[in-house]
Amino acid sequence: MERILVLAHADADGSLGKAGREALTAALSLKDGLPDSTLALGLVGENVQTAADQAACCGATRFLGVAGAAFAQARYATDAAAAEGIAKAAEATLVLAAGTSRWLRCLPGVALRLGGRVDTHVTGLSVTAGKLAVHRWYYRQRMEAVLQRTVRPWVVAVDPGCHAAWQGTPAPAQLEQVPIATGDALERTTVVGQLEPAVEAQTIRPDARLLFVAGAGWTKKQADGQTHVPEAEQLILDFLGQSRASLGSTKSLVDLGGEGQAVLRFLSHLNQVGQTGSTPRHPKGLATCCHGEEPHTVGWRFITERRAISLDPNCGWARGKADVLYVADAFQVMAKLNELLAAGKS
Amino acid sequence: MLTFHMGTPNAYQIVVCASLVPDPLQTLEPLSGPAGPALKNEMILPAVLDPWASHALYEAAYLARQHPSSKVWLVSLAPKAKLQQVMMTVAQKAPFELVALDGPASGFTEAAEVAGALTEAIEAIPGLDRARLLVFGGWESAARGAGATMQMVGERLGIVDQFQGVDRLEVGADGSFEVLERVEGGKHRVSRCAGPPAVFGWATGSLPEPKNNPQVGMANMRTVMPALQKAKPVRLAGEGLTFASVTLPKQQRQTRIVKDAAPATIAAELREWLQQ
Repeated sequence: MERILVLAHADADGSLGKAGREALTAALSLKDGLPDSTLALGLVGENVQTAADQAACCGATRFLGVAGAAFAQARYATDAAAAEGIAKAAEATLVLAAGTSRWLRCLPGVALRLGGRVDTHVTGLSVTAGKLAVHRWYYRQRMEAVLQRTVRPWVVAVDPGCHAAWQGTPAPAQLEQVPIATGDALERTTVVGQLEPAVEAQTIRPDARLLFVAGAGWTKKQADGQTHVPEAEQLILDFLGQSRASLGSTKSLVDLGGEGQAVLRFLSHLNQVGQTGSTPRHPKGLATCCHGEEPHTVGWRFITERRAISLDPNCGWARGKADVLYVADAFQVMAKLNELLAAGKS
Repeated sequence: MLTFHMGTPNAYQIVVCASLVPDPLQTLEPLSGPAGPALKNEMILPAVLDPWASHALYEAAYLARQHPSSKVWLVSLAPKAKLQQVMMTVAQKAPFELVALDGPASGFTEAAEVAGALTEAIEAIPGLDRARLLVFGGWESAARGAGATMQMVGERLGIVDQFQGVDRLEVGADGSFEVLERVEGGKHRVSRCAGPPAVFGWATGSLPEPKNNPQVGMANMRTVMPALQKAKPVRLAGEGLTFASVTLPKQQRQTRIVKDAAPATIAAELREWLQQ
């Protein structure tokens, strides 16, 4: 029998956020598939009653909370202490949480404290013959594994975006407070704020419908034998402004800056997709001037519909990976596309 | 050796944990072996130092340069022969002392067991001052990609000030740290930490890859070769872990190639697609 615990943070307004509700959906599917299993919800934050009420009718039999000003901060020491305390109070054998930056920072340490094991970036859960298996990718999304564990507690961080967010009618929930001692030793670190990209800067934005990937070809010599980097910058920024797309880049393009070559000034390592970048999830992706495995396989693993613009009709990575490959000059196509998008808005 | 940092209160003892991964340009294929999944031709695939851990090494070297009497160790668990190959290049990038562990570098190994082996190696470094200790590494490997090992190393060492996805670490005049960590939405979380000991799982950081410096390489090799010779063998059992399957994604898309179309035609098609 598995004792399932879902761990979630209460948002700043006290509510249970989307990622936490996705983890709850995943846990509920497991509860259905694992006979005699029980479900508890553990909440961490400054005030967690609102979040507990929000999930009151989810099917959990226990609602455990660690609340207080010290737990509002996304800080390893207090987050780990809270998660450890809740997991012990729930006597959990299976701990599920959303793979947010906050949980990913502390859950491996929590698993060690509990004497258990951890799997992160889990993209799927399945139950076969009463045995739980998790699905996750290895070697930067190049191969998918299905694995099982006998060691308990098993801590599983589910990647956001893999499950629907649980919805239900709020009701009063009976919240059990789990006392956790804080103090100087746990509060040597203080979160002082967040740095957001400049307004004009574009980064990978998970909420965007489209991922636009700029490749190194934008900075190379064009048909006239000259580079046209300022024009490339303007075309890309215009498109992003019109489409509200998320901006990704290839490693080679980002690295060019370090080599003293002409680069698109708004790109940084935060835009990088692929091996040493992110593998974002978007419904659509448009790659431009890219060549190589990184943008088309690793970086695009979780892009549903993919199109590419390239001058190379034989690009082995676009063929078979993109749905449509336009063999064309991206400068010309993007200029026309920007005109059409602008006309559509006026 | 034991107290080389005495009298320099902002000197750090920086331990960088880094393993090897197949060169990203290689095509990887899984196969099933008696000890679980592995990569086809794993032992002959060209290897590199794990990319994000490499950034951690560059940042460590930079921090050590800024704070005299600091020292950098590179603790690496990998097959000894491959480690020797990779060190020929890596040793030219930054000054460090190698602590080698001879064992698998596969992504299919258990993070908790790897963390245990790394922690034992760190604890065995002679004269390590835990109060000045900074543990660096990549926030995720390019193999397992779990982002779990560093936290467990930190836990085993009793360090509860930990940061992941770090892009910047600045030391204040009072010895405190300001840390930028990657969080959702392309943002950075800014934290202040009282000082060492702490764990930093680095993302890309802000430093370019250093150029090869043969002089640094020569100096490093004086300790690299002895470290490789006395590398402790490590066996990772993967206790309680079973891989039901490891497969390459089969999906091959039927790509429609659009040639000789006018830019305006392509743009119109793209606009329609974007608006669907």
